[in-house]
Amino acid sequence: MADEVKKEPRKIVPKKYPMPEQDPKERTKNFNEVPIGQDAQTAILEAQRCLQCKRGPNRKLCMDGCPVEIEIPAFIKQVQEGNFEEAIKIIRQKQNLPAVCGRVCPYENQCEGNCVVGKKNEPVGIGRLERFLADWERKEMKKGKIEVPPSTGKKVAVVGGGPAGLTVAGDLARLGHKVSVFEALQYCGGVLIYGIPEFRLPKEIVKAEVDYISRMGVDIKNDFVVGKLDTVDELLQEHDVVFVATGAGLPDWTGLVGENLNGIMSANEYLTRVNLMKAFKFPEYDTPIRVGERVVTIGGGNVAMDCARTSLRLGCKESVILYRRSDAELPARREEIHHAKDEGVRFELLAAPLEFIGDECGNVKQVKAIRMQLGEPDASGRRRPIKIPGSEFLIDAQTVLIAIGQSPNPLVPMTTPDLKTTKEGTIAVDEEGRTSKKAVWAGGDIASGAATVILAMGDGKRAAKSMHKYLLGDKSWPSPEVFEKLSCEM
Amino acid sequence: RKAKAGQFIMVTPTEHGERIPLTMADFSPEKGTITIAALEVGKTTRELGTLKAGDKLFSLVGPLGLPTHLHKYGNVVSIGGGIGLALMYPVVRSFKQSGNHTINIVGARNEKLLMYESEIKSVSDEFFVCTDDGTKGHKGFVSDILKDLIAKGNKIDLVYAVGPIIMMKVIANITKAHNIKTIVSLNPIMVDGTGMCGSCRVIIKGETKFGCVDGPEFDGHEVDFENLTARNKRYMPEEQIALRRWQGAK
Ligand SMILES: Cc1cc2nc3c(=O)[nH]c(=O)nc-3n(C[C@H](O)[C@H](O)[C@H](O)COP(=O)(O)OP(=O)(O)OC[C@H]3O[C@@H](n4cnc5c(N)ncnc54)[C@H](O)[C@@H]3O)c2cc1C
Ligand SMILES: Cc1cc2nc3c(=O)[nH]c(=O)nc-3n(C[C@H](O)[C@H](O)[C@H](O)COP(=O)(O)OP(=O)(O)OC[C@H]3O[C@@H](n4cnc5c(N)ncnc54)[C@H](O)[C@@H]3O)c2cc1C
Ligand code: SF4
Ligand code: FES
Repeated sequence: MADEVKKEPRKIVPKKYPMPEQDPKERTKNFNEVPIGQDAQTAILEAQRCLQCKRGPNRKLCMDGCPVEIEIPAFIKQVQEGNFEEAIKIIRQKQNLPAVCGRVCPYENQCEGNCVVGKKNEPVGIGRLERFLADWERKEMKKGKIEVPPSTGKKVAVVGGGPAGLTVAGDLARLGHKVSVFEALQYCGGVLIYGIPEFRLPKEIVKAEVDYISRMGVDIKNDFVVGKLDTVDELLQEHDVVFVATGAGLPDWTGLVGENLNGIMSANEYLTRVNLMKAFKFPEYDTPIRVGERVVTIGGGNVAMDCARTSLRLGCKESVILYRRSDAELPARREEIHHAKDEGVRFELLAAPLEFIGDECGNVKQVKAIRMQLGEPDASGRRRPIKIPGSEFLIDAQTVLIAIGQSPNPLVPMTTPDLKTTKEGTIAVDEEGRTSKKAVWAGGDIASGAATVILAMGDGKRAAKSMHKYLLGDKSWPSPEVFEKLSCEM
Repeated sequence: RKAKAGQFIMVTPTEHGERIPLTMADFSPEKGTITIAALEVGKTTRELGTLKAGDKLFSLVGPLGLPTHLHKYGNVVSIGGGIGLALMYPVVRSFKQSGNHTINIVGARNEKLLMYESEIKSVSDEFFVCTDDGTKGHKGFVSDILKDLIAKGNKIDLVYAVGPIIMMKVIANITKAHNIKTIVSLNPIMVDGTGMCGSCRVIIKGETKFGCVDGPEFDGHEVDFENLTARNKRYMPEEQIALRRWQGAK
């Protein structure tokens, strides 16, 4: 093979094959997905841009950048030959939610960031290939029971049905353990279902992924709030091990004067109403939502972008993002920032809110803000924003969305006294995801603080391996001092 | 199985439904049942009203919120108005079981809207009824009776009030003047009911609290009732639209 390549060097296609997108003017009028996805022919062409590299001693490959270790060259090879069924099987060995990750992963910093083709040209579009295969599978393949090995008789409880929990559920089911997922809301998916909007991640896709996991024999118990119904200790009476993945769902507030005025909402309330409860289809669905003429979103992450873009689709005249640092520091994915700009979101950068001003009925009408400048880098390495005295200004706003961060959900730690937490309220874990409580693991945002889908899944993978080892009989557990140290260090 | 007095559940009647909070009016761990009572004020509660025995709810989560803090206080006056009566029964029953002398005042707009009257009466040492229009018991407000009790020099160790915001506010004002500890059960608008969104935030002693996790019961003297009243009107126009649309379809 190698000889053949030498004889006839393959011509490198410098750019990714384009991914059709909805026109910005049209798309702000609907909640349909923005990128439309590639067809089979384009996917094969895209796959053919891949060089099928082999790992060398000093050579980092695409798959080294993947937190869940998908065999990327192997699946791409199958796509090159048009064997989509084989290709998705290879992905499924490692990845429990391919249709999701193919859409929301920051692959530019992960697999695609390591791609050899990407050194001089655009990297192979690994994310869009993964997405294509998952979509193809959903449309073309039969829905039946999915074969898993005979039961080991071991029982696993997973608390929280977000990406971390679903990953553990999928991995351990695939090894023959009996898994139950306990989820507080009426659907599984976590942020995927209540946070990330329909136009980025259609909820039908999340539901299909969850359905896939339940077809592997995982028992999904929705509407089950652990800590209010059973506690972790009670779950341990009926299960051999427990994995806690309750996420970081607690909204942070500015604490400024006027924050409880009507029209001011946490990003979580806003996105939950719109995504989980489908308030954008009110009154066909019963949950109401209201946006004013101008919506001001405070923050600069993915959550803020989602709020600002959702507001446009709900019909506001102007959607403004207020962020205290400059464009370069915006923590959202670049693709999302571009999408927001294309759609007409206005960025009011280097500005921070001081106070919310209301009318006589208790509705918000203005935000008082102040201009900022960037000073010396702080502990996080980002330049610290400093207020410019005398630069106060007012922005009219009938709706204000607070998207300045989320903290870990405290309910499980609160009701599990022997679970050590850090100062930030995250659950302290070692590198395998083990907690200070024997037979209990934790991962995802509850252990790391608000992070990303793929990191939550990576945590799930590591924990699942460690849990499997324990279930097979290796009951070793780190000493309590390890967690004492972990909880002070952080 | 886990339910305690003062806690609530979130109910979604159908897949297109919204999540609404309802208090457990009664529960039986042996039979594994809970009882809820809902007042038909809008679309969702009316839709619940059309359900028949054996119908299934799309989703039901709970118990949520903190249970009532039970304790032997001594003389406890509990006051319920309107739908608050359904919320009141398990609480007063527990007060009685904890060895308190229970004085219960129930009120409604008219006789037809009085609920759980006999149940509440059965756990009362003293019992008063009033209706706005005088069709049963005292004509007037529950607060009249409370004022009367205080004026007559009754020793009151705790007042518990649940019902319309305005009623709880009036009661809290009366007891504040006499320095009587007062607990109110608040009814802010909720979405998830598990502490994830802050829709239910209320101002308690100047601080923001979440009704669904820190409550729903709070010290009546520390609640910012104006803010709660304003916040609960947030979706009035939409609630009208939903109701009218639903009635149109019927
Ligand atoms: C609006 C928004 C946009 C985002 N965009 C991106 C993006 O583009 N790319 C990206 O990589 N990341 C993104 N993120 C971050 C990413 O979604 C999270 O890092 C990831 O979902 C964390 O997964 P998790 O499983 O730890 O927690 P979650 O997804 O938060 O799931 C936790 C689950 O546990 C349930 N739960 C909580 N408490 C209990 C309890 N006591 N009992 C039972 N169940 C409970 C919750 O209901 C929830 O379903 C975004 C986040 C938000 C909010
Ligand atoms: C902790 C708690 C316990 C409750 N217990 C009971 C109970 O046992 N029985 C009962 O009949 N009612 C109870 N309520 C009130 C009940 O939730 C509302 O009556 C119901 O949500 C109205 O829904 P709707 O669609 O019929 O009316 P809508 O047309 O939506 O609204 C009518 C009124 O209900 C209020 N309301 C609407 N949605 C909510 C919501 N999600 N949360 C709170 N209030 C809302 C509105 O402010 C409005 O005044 C409780 C509320 C809380 C917060
Ligand atoms: S690094 Fe790029 S070219 Fe090499 S195998 Fe991976 S995807 Fe293909
Ligand atoms: S209802 Fe969402 S935090 Fe209370």
